[in-house]
Amino acid sequence: MPQTAACPECDAQITLRDDTLEGEIVQCPDCGVELEVLSLDPPELDLAPAEEEDWGE
Amino acid sequence: MAEITAHTRIAVLLDRVRVEEKLLLQAFEARHIPVDVRDDRALILDLDAHRRKETTDTYGRGEWVRYAVVLDRCITHARAVAALRILNDWGICTINPVDVVETCGDKLATSSALVRAGVPTPRVMVAFTPEAALQAIETMGYPVVLKPAIGSWGRLLSKVNDRDAAEAILEHKQVLGSYPHHVFYIQEYIPKPARDIRAFVVGDETICAIYRYSDHWITNTARGGRAVNCPVTPELHALALAAARAVGGGVVAVDILETQDGRLLVNEVNHTTEFRNSIDTTGVDIPGRIVEYVLQVAAERADQGES
Repeated sequence: MPQTAACPECDAQITLRDDTLEGEIVQCPDCGVELEVLSLDPPELDLAPAEEEDWGE
Repeated sequence: MAEITAHTRIAVLLDRVRVEEKLLLQAFEARHIPVDVRDDRALILDLDAHRRKETTDTYGRGEWVRYAVVLDRCITHARAVAALRILNDWGICTINPVDVVETCGDKLATSSALVRAGVPTPRVMVAFTPEAALQAIETMGYPVVLKPAIGSWGRLLSKVNDRDAAEAILEHKQVLGSYPHHVFYIQEYIPKPARDIRAFVVGDETICAIYRYSDHWITNTARGGRAVNCPVTPELHALALAAARAVGGGVVAVDILETQDGRLLVNEVNHTTEFRNSIDTTGVDIPGRIVEYVLQVAAERADQGES
């Protein structure tokens, strides 16, 4: 049974893939915002941290 | 060589699990290597707990010595440098080592290391005041590229075509920029064929390379550049490896510019490379190759009795 969680931005129900990891960044298919998977059991999402000046590759 | 077993523990230090980190974790899992994910947001490092010989060493060296290798995947440069500095001083092997991360994270340090090693690179001048920077730009001749020494994904790069633009950008940097923006890094602009090359170096091998095509002069795939496979010629391999060694080696991605007269110049070297757009493009299992390298280093450390 795939897990679902609500997008904290637009309240869309997001289905998490079976191989989703804690800490993974997923995108809300409805509003496009980047979300961090805070936990899997129970599934919980929050807005991903904003980009900072020294972020990059 | 010492055998890699289920007792070989690896840590991956990160702050977000992007596609790259997920692929790396899956590659470890496929090889049955236990991995601890260490989120830098929760990290506390107690520098001398091991010297105080406390019974509990939750935040100190004792918590980390069990790792044969710590693979750094932090996006936040300042955190990576701080954590890796401490881990390396504790004798913990990290990929990459802090010196490589510091050098690659600073474009000025990278350029200086490339020049020291005799690796061909575009001309760079450095100045510390807007007046001196303008003089340097006019000595070099327009157009030039102004870059923040620290920064990535092609942000805040300026191609400066004339004196009016130079004066405006230098003043903006001086007034609006934080202190690091007051070190003016001025690079020769290389007219290039709507593409540049990114070569992936793992240890002593250039495992693959891509062309990054863009109609814009900034070709980062994070900025919309399109990736196409680039054959690794002996010349490209030699240059990429020389650049990797100039910054200290390990796992790096070398950005290379082609000049109109056919020379290759190393532009930048990246230490925590993104590769999601390059796996299908090149047909090379980049995360798998990185993991194999991590395990090879772990085995060599075990042979030396250091792990």
